[in-house]
Amino acid sequence: MKLGEQSYALENPPKIIAHYSVAGPVESKGMLGNFFDLKLDSDEWGEKSHELAECKMHHTAIMKALDMSGLEFKDVNAVMCGDLLNQIIASSYSAKDIEIPYLGFYGACSTFGEMLCVASLMISSGSFKNVTCSTSSHFSTAERQYRYPLELGTQPTPTSQWTVTGSGCSVLSSDGEGPEIFACTIGRVIDLGVKDANNMGAVMAPAACDTICTHLNDLNISPEFYDLIITGDLGKFGSKLLLELARERGFELKDVHSDCGSMIFNNQPQTIQGGSGAGCSSLVFNSYIIKQMKSGNLKKVLLVPTGALLSKTASMQGETIPGIAHAVSIGYRYN
Amino acid sequence: MNKKEYSEYVSKTAPKSKHLSTMFAAFWVGGLICCIGQSIFDTIQALLPLVPDDDIWAITTLVMIFLGSTLTALGVYDKIGRYAGGGSIIPITGFANSVTSPAMEYKREGIIFGLMSKMFVIAGPIIVSGIAASVAVGICYYIVSLF
Repeated sequence: MKLGEQSYALENPPKIIAHYSVAGPVESKGMLGNFFDLKLDSDEWGEKSHELAECKMHHTAIMKALDMSGLEFKDVNAVMCGDLLNQIIASSYSAKDIEIPYLGFYGACSTFGEMLCVASLMISSGSFKNVTCSTSSHFSTAERQYRYPLELGTQPTPTSQWTVTGSGCSVLSSDGEGPEIFACTIGRVIDLGVKDANNMGAVMAPAACDTICTHLNDLNISPEFYDLIITGDLGKFGSKLLLELARERGFELKDVHSDCGSMIFNNQPQTIQGGSGAGCSSLVFNSYIIKQMKSGNLKKVLLVPTGALLSKTASMQGETIPGIAHAVSIGYRYN
Repeated sequence: MNKKEYSEYVSKTAPKSKHLSTMFAAFWVGGLICCIGQSIFDTIQALLPLVPDDDIWAITTLVMIFLGSTLTALGVYDKIGRYAGGGSIIPITGFANSVTSPAMEYKREGIIFGLMSKMFVIAGPIIVSGIAASVAVGICYYIVSLF
């Protein structure tokens, strides 16, 4: 059922019946290290390229999550995958040995939110029964694609972020036990004219603000309705911008807001503003957040994966960078 | 906030580089690299007094390029660069790093279209502007020498 301008209340809310997270070495030493299901010692993981290592992480996350759900291949309507690489190869290559119909998504770092919205609407409508949603990112593959060779001695700017190496997968089902997705808001592309590719927080904050405020207005609720409103990868500076922008629109998010990118690392010096990447929100969600929900520490969470729709071509041609964010409400009961 | 107000707000509130500490890091690391270069020159000059200075300059340059590339291959130069910034980018060791690092990165895409063609992705503009500048200076030198 459509609510307000961009939101949907899900009449048959899908449940998250299984989840799995694979984290890289820097992430494993971060603040959420204890929550990850699989922690890697090396970001190459025995593969001959970082791209293949990312595929292996993504594939492992999907397979392990499916194992935990107890579903067989034939029970699953689709594997929904997404990542940051050109032509989303980490997704399609990791799905090629899985005999389930495949849907590839790209929404930069907001991909996980995008696919949760689509998957839960499909399940709620009755078309789908079981779906896996997974995203991945890898520091070394993203770095060479969007920035410079790894060994080049450059200095990061004070607003830059560190791409998360990791993958997370959630299995959504119409039946079973687990936190429910009871509403979602599909975000609009917002561009406030930021051109600096090293300041993703500033690119994404207006989009995050727009989606969160629209969501709260559409559902006619206040921010305190949620125990936690968690954005994907705004970083520390981006989070500050979000709070300021939301305040201007009449919402005080200070007490409920947190950011996956800001919390994943343990102030390791190279990470500067925090984590980013398509794997950032899915890794944090499928480890820390969902475990906190299961243990009862969090009851209702608004997950808002944020993305900077950056293209090297557009950036080099001097274009501004648009941002996007999608919101997904997760909780044990909607009332 | 509209676009203009937002970009003003962002540039006002964005965290800035700590100029003093980054300049200090660049100064001492850059200075140290230059001292190493000079000491190589002086050592060769002392050991081989008959070799002309021009040749010693060339040998010194080669040694510095070799050191920069080796440290890149060992995965050390990027860490120096992260700390020292311009201090380790400007000397010729930084130039060696900018050629060696893409060569290493793109080796997996094959020798010809990977390593060889991507080798100058970063150093290319430096070489082009170097050649363009030397042509311009050559023309000026020719005109001046006419009088």
